[in-house]
Amino acid sequence: MSHGTPDPNAATGSVYDGLLEHHDVVGDDSAWAFGTDFEDPLAGVDTTVPDGVDAAELAAYCLMLGDDALVMSHRLSEWASNAPDLEEDIALANTALDLLGQARLLLARAAAADPSVVPALPEGSPVPAEDALAFFREAGDFRNVRLAEVPVGDFAHTVVRLLLFSTARLAVLARLRESRDPVLAAIAAKGVKELTYHRDHAGRWFLTLAQGTDESRRRLLAALDEVWPLHAELVSAHPTETAVAAAGVGVDPSEVAAEVDVVLEQVLAVSGVDRPEKGALAGVRGRTGRHGLHTEHLSRMLAEMQVVARAHPEGLW
Amino acid sequence: MTATHHETHDEPQAVFDATIERGDRIEPRDWMPEGYRKTLVRQIAQHAHSEIIGMQPEGGWITRAPSLRRKAILLAKVQDEAGHGLYLYSAAETLGVSRQELTELLLAGRQKYSSIFNYPTLSYADVGTIGWLVDGAAICNQVPLCRTSYGPYGRAMIRICKEESFHQRQGYELLSTMMRGTDEQRAMVQESVDRFWWPALMMFGPPDADSPNTAQSMAWGVKRNTNDDLRQRFVDMSVPQAEALGVTFPDPELRWNDERGHYDFGTPDWDEFMQVVQGNGPCNAQRIAHRRRAHDDGAWVREAALAFADKQAAAVGEGR
Repeated sequence: MSHGTPDPNAATGSVYDGLLEHHDVVGDDSAWAFGTDFEDPLAGVDTTVPDGVDAAELAAYCLMLGDDALVMSHRLSEWASNAPDLEEDIALANTALDLLGQARLLLARAAAADPSVVPALPEGSPVPAEDALAFFREAGDFRNVRLAEVPVGDFAHTVVRLLLFSTARLAVLARLRESRDPVLAAIAAKGVKELTYHRDHAGRWFLTLAQGTDESRRRLLAALDEVWPLHAELVSAHPTETAVAAAGVGVDPSEVAAEVDVVLEQVLAVSGVDRPEKGALAGVRGRTGRHGLHTEHLSRMLAEMQVVARAHPEGLW
Repeated sequence: MTATHHETHDEPQAVFDATIERGDRIEPRDWMPEGYRKTLVRQIAQHAHSEIIGMQPEGGWITRAPSLRRKAILLAKVQDEAGHGLYLYSAAETLGVSRQELTELLLAGRQKYSSIFNYPTLSYADVGTIGWLVDGAAICNQVPLCRTSYGPYGRAMIRICKEESFHQRQGYELLSTMMRGTDEQRAMVQESVDRFWWPALMMFGPPDADSPNTAQSMAWGVKRNTNDDLRQRFVDMSVPQAEALGVTFPDPELRWNDERGHYDFGTPDWDEFMQVVQGNGPCNAQRIAHRRRAHDDGAWVREAALAFADKQAAAVGEGR
């Protein structure tokens, strides 16, 4: 919430330095709206692709993890001025800011690994790569899971979605800390601290809503039924994920499925909630979010997110 | 020593007066006149409500921010406003009123918030203009309040002013970046400044001659400067900033007065001001409806949290 107020003029260094040094981010300037006071999130970082790694595969993988964070952050940010109380408004904004910071680093990493993933803009456009990727791609080019993009729903829906999302992402990033790509390893190390808090926050609300009132339990169970079909996609591997895992730079999410399940089982048991008997949401001929096959909601969300940027393709912000 | 000894036996009113006279702080457990308490509750609540309602005009642009960096800045700023609301409601609680009560007074239209938030935000440049002019005007109003006579309020204001001045610089930085961009962006900035200049001047309240509460508030040390003084200070501060930015203010009467050592400026449309204060501004109904919806939609969550806490407490009790 009340962050320190660093002098933006003094903050000429890269916040990324803080990543590599494993600073405790609490109370550090970098905790203030991570990534607000520099232009290139990876400024000064060696972004050479490690030997034996396919740059295009690495970029595609970074887009998957980056788009998950970007789209989820966007949905969470819709709570600003709408949360059940001020404390929760602040907490959800913090979570959205953390994920936005992760998205910026990952999109920048994707662009550095393989510049051909960045959409072409008019010659001389000052739009940086991370923004070209966020604001000038079509829905079909986004690689996020569908769980991240569905509309925001009520508070119970957000709690369930955040629990499923942060549990799976935490398990993936915890392993990604060992990536052969030092850039991804550093991004993961920072992300693990953030996601540990997100998962804890969502888990505590899950229990509170399950045990609070009849109304809160009813809403929680309804939300769980609605969101559960989107869970399987979080722990299924796309061929790109399998390939980068084999190359030692990425993580195969199907390998963390069991440990994710243990955590969720624990939360369900403590809360006295049965596992929903809902099957996974089908794709189209096997294609899902990771392949660029999305729900109807994503293009509408992007229409709003991209409207100002696209009106000014040569704009300077 | 004698004087101190004597004072402690004085009437509470005399002790209060002497504290104000010395420029010391009144603290929550000190005796205070009922009028002083009421004035403070009114002022702090109005300020807290302004922070909370003020999240809306800018918050509406979070999902449309044109770069990821700007999105992070804006999200963090709106989050800071929620934080300011929290400190201020807490300061008001030391005077014996709860956040819940104050929220209900706001929703019932019985307490006010700054009228500036009843103006619409129509372009992304407005995010910058609000930071520069609206937060700038708020800072002019608020810096003197860091020395206000009521301790918890003054201390909350010190922290808030620091963050507000950071927001002001960020707003100005957005506008100056846009001014280095395309012609369309420069036009967008000028149009936004044209819309917000007069409402920003109105933020200091009616002219001193028409401000009924000013004299008593100044005597109590709750308020430290008059509306017109602060307005002048704001104009003097803003004109050079506008020149540096490359925008103009929509006031043909605006010019430097060598004799006074200040800028002369035109008269805001006080009829419009009264219309907005009375509830007929472009967004009054919308802002309150938004807050009421969020409050009502969240009721079941707040009830669940209370019920869960009660069950936990009961379980601990049984365990003993």
